[in-house]
Amino acid sequence: MKVQSAMFYFPEEVIEHIFSFLTHHPDRNTVSTVCKAWYKIERLSRCEVFVGNCYAIRPDRAAARFPGLRSLTLKGKPHFADFDLVPPDWGGLAGPWIEAMARSCPNLEELRMKRMVVSDESLELLVHAFPNFKALVLVSCEGFSTDGLAAVARSCKSLRELDLQENEIEDRGPRWLNSFPDMCTSLVSLNFACLKGEVNLKSLERLVCRSPNLKCLRLNRAVPVETLAKIMNQCPNLEDLGTGSLLADQFSEAYVSLISALQKCKKLRSLSGFWDASPLCLLAVYPICANLTGLNLSYAPTVQGQDFINLIQHCVKLLRLWVLDSVGDKGLAVVASACKELQELRVFPSDLFAAGPATVTEEGLVAISTGCPKLNSLLYFCHSMTNSALITVSKNCPNFTRFRLCILEPRKPDPATNEPLDEGFGAVVKTCKNLRRFSISGLLTDQVFYYIGKYAKALEMLSIAFAGDTDQGMTYVLNGCKNLRKLEIRDCPFGDGALLADVTKYETMRSLWMSSCDISLRGCKALATKMPSLNVEIINEWEAEMEENLNNGVAEVISNNNNKHINNGNDERKVEKLYVYRTVGGPRTDAPDFVWTL
Amino acid sequence: MEGKSSYGGNMEYLKATELKLGPPGTDIRQEATSGVSTRPKKRAMTGPTEQHTKSKVQVVGWPPVRPQRMNSFRARRNETVDESGGVYVKVSMDGAPYLRNIDLKILHGYKELRTILEGMFKCSSLGGAEGYDEEGYAITYEDKDGDLMLVGDVPWEMFVSSCKRLRIMKGSEARGLS
Repeated sequence: MKVQSAMFYFPEEVIEHIFSFLTHHPDRNTVSTVCKAWYKIERLSRCEVFVGNCYAIRPDRAAARFPGLRSLTLKGKPHFADFDLVPPDWGGLAGPWIEAMARSCPNLEELRMKRMVVSDESLELLVHAFPNFKALVLVSCEGFSTDGLAAVARSCKSLRELDLQENEIEDRGPRWLNSFPDMCTSLVSLNFACLKGEVNLKSLERLVCRSPNLKCLRLNRAVPVETLAKIMNQCPNLEDLGTGSLLADQFSEAYVSLISALQKCKKLRSLSGFWDASPLCLLAVYPICANLTGLNLSYAPTVQGQDFINLIQHCVKLLRLWVLDSVGDKGLAVVASACKELQELRVFPSDLFAAGPATVTEEGLVAISTGCPKLNSLLYFCHSMTNSALITVSKNCPNFTRFRLCILEPRKPDPATNEPLDEGFGAVVKTCKNLRRFSISGLLTDQVFYYIGKYAKALEMLSIAFAGDTDQGMTYVLNGCKNLRKLEIRDCPFGDGALLADVTKYETMRSLWMSSCDISLRGCKALATKMPSLNVEIINEWEAEMEENLNNGVAEVISNNNNKHINNGNDERKVEKLYVYRTVGGPRTDAPDFVWTL
Repeated sequence: MEGKSSYGGNMEYLKATELKLGPPGTDIRQEATSGVSTRPKKRAMTGPTEQHTKSKVQVVGWPPVRPQRMNSFRARRNETVDESGGVYVKVSMDGAPYLRNIDLKILHGYKELRTILEGMFKCSSLGGAEGYDEEGYAITYEDKDGDLMLVGDVPWEMFVSSCKRLRIMKGSEARGLS
């Protein structure tokens, strides 16, 4: 109390200075709710804004509230859009945001977007409105082409970071790299690994030559070993490298050059790429392995068996490892014995069609957990899992913050006992008190949700597929997980009862996704009526498709009025896909035909 | 809520009330774009013995792997087939001191095979009808089942996929095959 009243006698500048030590945006959000004065000081001094759901607030309102912002992070489509569950043209448009920034936030320097649709025009607007723009990070975005990249390259005098991760970029030729002006020497980070087409190698070499501050460079598959060697010779200070294609003849000058170049890079800590890696090129990498903290081999199916073992046994300081399951339990056992500092492991499936002889099983996971007790983040694809393995894993590694296990066959039980995997996953939530993200699979009953609701108190994001028996399952989660922010469910037998079990809960969450469940239009309408602060959106491609067919067909002209569908009396219809999120922005104005806001 | 409420069942009800283009009995949905998800038809909780009507490959969005990775799987599968180095089979000729190796994948038919073999074994007497000649040589092969077969009977592609090794036989033995 005393402190608080004393604060009112401080000049604003002092309070602002105190706030400048708060960088964690939830803290700044909290501080802004204390009183009007603090709200004003906070908003005017805020530099970084994070918008987890681009439809939670109108762009203009966000821009008006934070006129001084320098860095904006935006997320668009729901996570399941990564797996083709969200139709194209759903939304997540970056344009309105960039326009709003251009109007109201002159200090914008950094834009980070995930799962958004960005057009070339928007990119051009961005770089013309902000000539001092410094950093563009696009993750899983789409809607733009290499022409847009050229615009960014051309216009930014002081571009530091251009980071393109897993985007769908239309390739209009390799000219975009030429667009970096000769005077551009400010690049610190360049990642174009997701580009599928050719790049102009000479331009690339020249660009690297004039970028003395380059720390992170991730090339795409089109860049050959010769160019890589030349580039490495130019940047001995590189810390993060994504190779291009690593196919090389052992007697070639390129290979020899690569070896010597890599040896000079004393600061190299992270490696990725490894496309087409021949065992020979891997040899070149051995000398730097001892210092690596990050290694991504998940696009390198050629690195398996003994090649993988030879490589990984040197990587004693590794913190992050991404591999394919073709390394096998044997490979994971070597990881467990060599990489004692390992914190994050991702094992991706290499063949979705059959369990080959060298894929991973629960044994590999148990070995890892035994050898790497510091493990806190896991993504593991496998063909089967047992309860006892999961129990062992959670005993060995109580520090999990992210635990995602995907058993490739839906509803598969524990093969040893034929029982559901409730106890195994239950053990994970019981032991790992800091678990924030959880994805479960295999045969699961309501019991696992009972455990999650009871023990997973720190849980923020939960992904469920092909699990549960009754509405009670989902209800356990809604009632128990106090910190839940994102809940995404597919192909589970949860119905209206579950959906409506705790409607105010959704106001405390960012979003809920339910697809191929047992909810009806009636239930969704009830939710929308009870909770006006939520957008309750239904994606119904069937209906929209039929509507389009009818409109194109011979029959009567039907107006494209969504209400006609929603209110034609049949509320018992099952809802294919539901997306619910809290918002202060009201219903979307850019929703396509197949998205109905109730 | 019906215990066994099948999504498929409710769609039937829906179908009955909707206008359709096309004669009765056609399912418009089967003509709908592939962008729409297929869904597991059964949601019954019968436990581990429940049959899936769709194989895991056909369930949309499963497993939860990004399209970039899925595409690289597909590319990989094609690559492994192509890069397996072709179909190399050993060729022995009766009386020759050593065997040869030949890549069937690069050949286009029996005629070319014979030409290549002639060149390899410098045997101009390998002419005449496919695989068989009066002067005494026949081109035979061992198939997947281990049987000795005369070259030329089956379509070329089938031959390439079933041929394990080639043997150029002397006339007296060869005649028994025709």
